[in-house]
Amino acid sequence: MGLLALEPPGRGSFLLAGFLNSVMIAVGATVVGLCLGVCGAWCKLYGGPVARDLAAVYTTIVRAVPELVLILILYFAGADLLNKALAAFGYPPTDIPGVAAGIFVLGVVQGAYSTEVLRGAILAIPQGQIEAARAYGMSPSLIMRRITLPAMLPFAIPGLANLWLIATKDTALLAIVGVNELTQVTRTAAGATKAYFTFFMAAGAIYLALTLFSSAIIGRIERRARRGMPSVAGAGR
Amino acid sequence: MTAGAQASMATAARAQADSVPAEAIHVENLHKKFGELHVLKGVSLSARDGEVVAIIGGSGSGKSTLLRCINCLENPTSGVIRVNGEEIRLKADSHGNSVPADRRQIERIRSRLGMVFQSFNLWSHMTLLENVVEVPIHVLGVRRDEAVATAEALLDRVGLADKRDVYPAFLSGGQQQRAAIARALAIQPRVMLFDEPTSALDPELVGEVLKVIGDLAREGRTMVLVTHEMKFAREVASHVVYLSNGLVEEEGPPEQLFGAPKSERLKQFLRNVG
Repeated sequence: MGLLALEPPGRGSFLLAGFLNSVMIAVGATVVGLCLGVCGAWCKLYGGPVARDLAAVYTTIVRAVPELVLILILYFAGADLLNKALAAFGYPPTDIPGVAAGIFVLGVVQGAYSTEVLRGAILAIPQGQIEAARAYGMSPSLIMRRITLPAMLPFAIPGLANLWLIATKDTALLAIVGVNELTQVTRTAAGATKAYFTFFMAAGAIYLALTLFSSAIIGRIERRARRGMPSVAGAGR
Repeated sequence: MTAGAQASMATAARAQADSVPAEAIHVENLHKKFGELHVLKGVSLSARDGEVVAIIGGSGSGKSTLLRCINCLENPTSGVIRVNGEEIRLKADSHGNSVPADRRQIERIRSRLGMVFQSFNLWSHMTLLENVVEVPIHVLGVRRDEAVATAEALLDRVGLADKRDVYPAFLSGGQQQRAAIARALAIQPRVMLFDEPTSALDPELVGEVLKVIGDLAREGRTMVLVTHEMKFAREVASHVVYLSNGLVEEEGPPEQLFGAPKSERLKQFLRNVG
């Protein structure tokens, strides 16, 4: 157990730093994913033919290719493209920080899935509520902000909560490209001390704690989003 | 209200009638096609300030479509629509439908037409008070405290003062529809549009909604009302339009339409619904 202590020679501080990186990546990816998802859902539902096709290509490709492959493609190909672009403008090549790259890569993946979650939630809003907003002279952007987005939340939250939990665990995939998140630092610490069982159990417990904490927060958000709906057994859990 | 006040209001109404009030709604030769289906085949309609126009007709006669064309919730295929003398500018889109040419114009016109729907369409994520202040604050730019004060008075007027912080889903249909009427009143509408306001209600809840609408009619509000309640239409309307197969079959004052209908179709219709 001394191996998990925060002060050296314990490796606890490494795990903690890795965990914070994981959380940062998951939060960032979810935020990026939500922004992409709102745009994607909007394009699919209200966009012109070009916007609709672009959104369809995006969600189809991202959801068809295994995430691990996408991560490798976006991480290595992305870095390569960036450096080529930099070289073309006469700048020296640069190293993308692991956390930023992780947020970008997982954000793109999350965006494709949230597009579908949000599209479904928007379709679940009783059409009359949107019509009433139009009938009272609201502009399309005001309708989006004041009616569509808040009214679809109760339908979107279960799906989005799933995506958040998946995001927290997808951060582990970034170990393959050497991002210093929880799984990667666990592997390093375990390899150095040969205490595999201790470290991987600790990492598992940390992931579990994050999930339990998230579920509690999500429950509160869902209760708030469903405040206008009569309660049904099991709602808001 | 005292008898004296009532009498003076009646005098005022007569005086107004003498000077011929302005036209609040003017619809001319309106056509609407849904694909192959020709729903409105050249309908004209007019509502002057203070008038209550009731549109009656069988199901599928186009009466709701006509009402929804007035604020372009349905885009007319062709025709002229004027609201308070201002013509809604229409243009042809790529499918050959007429659509509003200027989004801001149609939004401005809509924000002064208080629409009440068959299925209430209150915003489910807002309390009644939030529903009523939404358009005044976010579309008309009224200050929040003013909007709230007005909304409280209106909710009180429709008998829902104690429900201001309740969400619509927790209320009966009659209560929801009364709140929807308060929402329409909050924008200080030039014209109120009612689209079968009692058709989705349980029979015992119809009365409370009709009472509110009747009170509005008696205080001289301009209204266009699509309804199945013939007795009510006869009571409150100043002008009745009978639509049949997308055309105005007969129109006139309620006593004439209900008392001495000329058209065979209208006679048949009144026998069926009466």
